[in-house]
Amino acid sequence: MAALFANPDLQMGFWAFVKIFIILNGMLGVVSYLIYVERKVAGHMQARMGPNRVGPLGLLQPIADVGKLFFKEEFIPAEANKVIFHLAPMLAVVPALVTFSVIPFGPEPFIVTDINVGLLLFLAMSSLGVYSITLGGWSSNNKYALLGGLRSSAQMVSYELAMGLSTIGVILMANSLSLVEIVRAQTAIWQLGPIAFPGWYVFTQPLAFGIFMITALAETNRAPFDLPEAEAELVAGFHTEYSSMKFGLFFLGEFMNVISISCVAVTLFLGGWSGPGPESLGIVWFMLKLSALLFFFIWVRWTYPRLRYDQLMHLGWKVLLPLALANIVVTALFVYWRANG
Amino acid sequence: MTEALFVGMGTAALISSLLVILHRNPVTSALFLVVAFCSLAGIYLLLHAEFVGMVQIIVYAGAIMVLFLFVIMYLNLKSDVETGIQIALRRGIGWLVGGVIGAEALWLFAKEWGVGPIVPELPGLRDPNTMAIGKLLYTQYLFPFEITSLILLAAMVGVIVVGKGRAQRPVHPAKPGPPPPRVAPPAAGLPAAPDPEAS
Amino acid sequence: MIPLPWLLGLSVLMFLIGVIGVLVRRNALVIFMSIELMLNAANLAFVAFSRHMNSLDGQIFVFFVMTVAAAEVAVGLAIIVNLFRLRETVFVDEVNLLKG
Repeated sequence: MAALFANPDLQMGFWAFVKIFIILNGMLGVVSYLIYVERKVAGHMQARMGPNRVGPLGLLQPIADVGKLFFKEEFIPAEANKVIFHLAPMLAVVPALVTFSVIPFGPEPFIVTDINVGLLLFLAMSSLGVYSITLGGWSSNNKYALLGGLRSSAQMVSYELAMGLSTIGVILMANSLSLVEIVRAQTAIWQLGPIAFPGWYVFTQPLAFGIFMITALAETNRAPFDLPEAEAELVAGFHTEYSSMKFGLFFLGEFMNVISISCVAVTLFLGGWSGPGPESLGIVWFMLKLSALLFFFIWVRWTYPRLRYDQLMHLGWKVLLPLALANIVVTALFVYWRANG
Repeated sequence: MTEALFVGMGTAALISSLLVILHRNPVTSALFLVVAFCSLAGIYLLLHAEFVGMVQIIVYAGAIMVLFLFVIMYLNLKSDVETGIQIALRRGIGWLVGGVIGAEALWLFAKEWGVGPIVPELPGLRDPNTMAIGKLLYTQYLFPFEITSLILLAAMVGVIVVGKGRAQRPVHPAKPGPPPPRVAPPAAGLPAAPDPEAS
Repeated sequence: MIPLPWLLGLSVLMFLIGVIGVLVRRNALVIFMSIELMLNAANLAFVAFSRHMNSLDGQIFVFFVMTVAAAEVAVGLAIIVNLFRLRETVFVDEVNLLKG
């Protein structure tokens, strides 16, 4: 038994399991409370209180929500493809959870793993996230769901391009695809005259940050890009026929996506866990920045009206894509000029 | 450890590719193909080709197969129904040809063969995979790289032109018919002039 | 290091399955998917040799094969959609108007 524990591979595996367990449960908890926070913030933005009946300040509301979803009757449409109908909600959650395995929440012990193409893994998982919506819309055997599903996948695929291109500016500056390296490259402090500010990429790549946040909104099907699940236009879009926990899983998957994209945005642009004070405070700074971005997501939802589908496509292809390309060219020229004097 | 992972992922790739060609429903075939691609991506990761593995998921599993699924859903294809002697004959010939190729492959494997010239490992720290690929791609293989951009442009133009479908044939303009019957306009207040056809 | 015969064996088997798929199936989309299988089998062979011969040229070529495959899939699917609009079928057996 002692020999078993001495094997370094198994040790690494064991600690990886522990970290994964913590992150998984932590993120599931954060997601349920994110739903609560959204309702509260939405309420206050609309000059009303959010949920405040269940428990003190309504803090037990997510538990009530989950309980309600569990007890609802589950309808499966008669002509639906049963296997894919059951599979689609699961596919909504898994890619977002896999992204958490490469995000550096803090310095050394707070990272599950560091692969040297971490950013590409995030892009790969967001590409795989398209499937849940496409399959969910198709397997419901309902034309509104199919339309919603196809529209949503077309939207996600279009905005993935601009998202990937906007991250290339960051890669050029950090000279690495590994998320840990990118955070390390942002820990330097710059002196601009009397002001010292952190070398985060949000200051040197503001356009890329803007494009990334807009495409993040579109990737996660959040307003103002949520036409595919619009209540008024398409019944409920691709999750029309889903009830009970399957709908809950879709909902959960959407918020999990929001959190994972916000984590990546914090890592790429806001300096990850870097902040004043000792390095071990890293995770606190990470959580603070993450909360700021999550609040931004919620804020935008209740501020802007929904984009029509052709406006959405116009924005993704004709505005964001050329801007991202221009950003890459300018960044590359700057990096070359800095390297060659 | 690596071999065990390879055996697992290789089996997954083989079984899912078999199910791609054996399954009746095209959507399920497409999903099994996605599984096959992801297993292949895992094998690429085992072979220290991380960039290629991730690009495999992003491009093949994440874009090309989504395109396939789009088309299958757009055409609203149901499960294939394949019966009849014609089809059994065709299937038999297909498996026979497959068997012939398989026998050839087995024969080739049974021969003695070795790998070509191995490039010696340079001393010093190895570049990460992506950096090394970037260095090669933009210096030695720059011309093919630019050509691929032209290929993609040609494909885009081709898809748009082919996808638009044919324009409608021009309708022959109608021959001028008989002139409409002359009816005096009714004066204001008076009832309309009687219809010339009504008698 | 994974032995080369295993990798090439997997590549050959996948290619074989792709060939059988093209010959046996009638649905044009499944034929297309089998073609993609064949291309991926070739990619696997490239990466396997790149690892065993310690040279990156194989991976560069995989890059190009993927690009060409993507372009081919896009154009092929556009043609299939057009064919469906014309003939209401995707089965290649039934597109036989020119048959003598």
